[in-house]
Amino acid sequence: MRSVVAIYVENNFGVLTRVAGLFMRKGFNIDTLSVGETEDPRYSRITVVFDGDEYGRGFLIKQVGKLHEVKKIKLMETDNNIEREHMLVKVRNTTESRAELKSAADLYHASIVDFNPDVICVEVSGERKIMEEFLNKMKPLGIVEMCRSGIICIDCAGNIFDAV
Amino acid sequence: MHTQKLKGSQIIIETLIEQGVTHIFGYPGGQVLQIYDQLYKNQERITHVLTAHEQGAAHAADGYARATGKVGVVLATSGPGATNLTTGLAAAMMDSVPVVAITGNVPTYFIGKDSFQEINTIGITMPITKHNFYVTDVTKLAETIREAFRIAKSGRPGPVLVDIPSDVQAAETDFTKWYEVQPYQEDQAPESEIWKAVELINKAKRPYIYVGGGAASRNLGKAVMALADKIDACIGSTFMGLSCVPGSCERYLGMQGMHGRYASTKANWEADLIIGIGVRFSDRATGDQKAYRESKSIIQIDPDFSEINKNISVDVGLIGDIVFAVGRILKNVNKAEHPEWMSRIAELKKEAKAIRDHAEETAEDPFTSIKLFDAINELKTDDTIITTDVGQHQMWAGQFLEFEKPRKFLSSGGLGAMGYGLGAAIGANLATGERTVMITGDASFSMNLIELATAVSYKTPIVIVLLNNNSLGMVRQLQAVYCDSRYSATLPDRKTDFCMVAQGFGAAAKRVTDIGAFKAAFAEALVSDRPYVIEAMIDTWEMVLPMLPNGGTIDDLITEKRQKTE
Repeated sequence: MRSVVAIYVENNFGVLTRVAGLFMRKGFNIDTLSVGETEDPRYSRITVVFDGDEYGRGFLIKQVGKLHEVKKIKLMETDNNIEREHMLVKVRNTTESRAELKSAADLYHASIVDFNPDVICVEVSGERKIMEEFLNKMKPLGIVEMCRSGIICIDCAGNIFDAV
Repeated sequence: MHTQKLKGSQIIIETLIEQGVTHIFGYPGGQVLQIYDQLYKNQERITHVLTAHEQGAAHAADGYARATGKVGVVLATSGPGATNLTTGLAAAMMDSVPVVAITGNVPTYFIGKDSFQEINTIGITMPITKHNFYVTDVTKLAETIREAFRIAKSGRPGPVLVDIPSDVQAAETDFTKWYEVQPYQEDQAPESEIWKAVELINKAKRPYIYVGGGAASRNLGKAVMALADKIDACIGSTFMGLSCVPGSCERYLGMQGMHGRYASTKANWEADLIIGIGVRFSDRATGDQKAYRESKSIIQIDPDFSEINKNISVDVGLIGDIVFAVGRILKNVNKAEHPEWMSRIAELKKEAKAIRDHAEETAEDPFTSIKLFDAINELKTDDTIITTDVGQHQMWAGQFLEFEKPRKFLSSGGLGAMGYGLGAAIGANLATGERTVMITGDASFSMNLIELATAVSYKTPIVIVLLNNNSLGMVRQLQAVYCDSRYSATLPDRKTDFCMVAQGFGAAAKRVTDIGAFKAAFAEALVSDRPYVIEAMIDTWEMVLPMLPNGGTIDDLITEKRQKTE
């Protein structure tokens, strides 16, 4: 079962290793990971997507919550949050691909951020499903290189992020 | 308070003294040179104990902590000093023992350059410590060490490591003496949950109180006995819970689990309510967890919220201060009597005795483990501390030894680290001054017997009872049960003369081959003023019984020897 957790951690030396290492030690693979600063400069927010059944989720959340530098942790319920991912994709610059790219970009609110005779670089963000659809459109054009930010996720207004 | 300018190395020593540390176990080296210089200058205020190997020092700090409940401290240099600590830290982690480890490291400007004796100590020790710190700023040094002590002793205790590069040890800053830090305030289980537990207990017909290391480390023995009396329950223990409840208590059935006592293991399966206090329902303690879970209610009381429902799903989980939770339950439960359950317990005790007598009668070699441990029980006092290594001797010790006072049985239960016992015995003896007996086997003893040198130097009169069966007995037993008696690498045919080895270190030694000679030697050893090794030559083929095979149910309990002897 795809699971998303948000973790507030103290901004200390090695804290990412501590959290990521714990996932490994308890036998879970991290699908996506993103880290960035929060409204409080003392803390960073780590968003992890992983696969875990009901027991596994609960188990892992408690184990991560036990780490000394973890201040808060929350399982993000899929029906009650906003999830986004950011992606940069480079495709071959050919006459056919330019036309295709243009129409796909319009459809998915993607923007062309770099253009040269060999490749075109396009930027897109949105839900995971949208990203996958966009990628499917790009594949026939010849993807040269791509990178994805990993999921970031926030609760819908009014939800309180409880401390551990 | 008085503030003075001190070097990092001085701050380390001052903070340790301020935190009530009397002994520090360790081994010097290049990156802790300045700390050792300060230990030299402060030898009147804090005692450094030099072991022969850092692993021995880590086990000694662990033994010091388990025997006293205080935080044990170990000191090692960078690189190999730190890597040698790891087994000791992992042992403390698995058994929730409060230890603070201090390691030196190469100067910050040499970090990451594969400098001489550089290793990423923080990375290596992350999974085997409760928390660890890397200090790069001398102004944060004192508060970091204090926080390490605080984390080590808060909630569910554990080891904390502080890694300090040598240039930080040399840097100067202002230092103000502080107080001994107190553990973080623990949560108290909400009244609603306490009442759920009380209701379950009031409904139970066959209650079983199951104490573990958590109960032992909070000295809960008396409260547990009071609760058992009030609700007419029997009491069983995990391996880590041994010595929490006195052996003379009528309701106490002793250790249960894979190699537990027959009556305790049976009762644990037959009970309709388990009250687990500071236990994690480990695989070794319960066998087949699904089958075990059926037709019983479980209340779990633990300071660590991540333990609730981890290995087994429970009906009520009480998280936080276990002394508080047990106290609240004791106050609110109804007084009850369960005559049927008690007569069943009496029956189980009788069956257990019959099995034990049968084993004695049918033994091929009359010098059995039962006789040997009976003799130890007879001659030791209530204050004697017992440590063990890992293997058959450890399980026999867990099954047969009787304790009247808490913190008298120290053993590596979770990690199962062979070689634990001697270091731990040295730490326990130095911390308490009590006579300490280390029970070991020929294979375990061979791992860390080098610490005999330490025991001799520091005049710690450890009694070492070495059960020599010329085999890696526990694994050999597993091979008898699971591998159709194909003894792969467990009959080593070594020619070690342990008595000569012991004498070479400056310890006394005697080899015995029968129970009479053992008793005489043990009595002599208990009043010896130096370490004393008794090499007891026992039967190679004796098994630890009963045995609940891995993942087995109570119907799979093995009570009779089943192995081919070559």
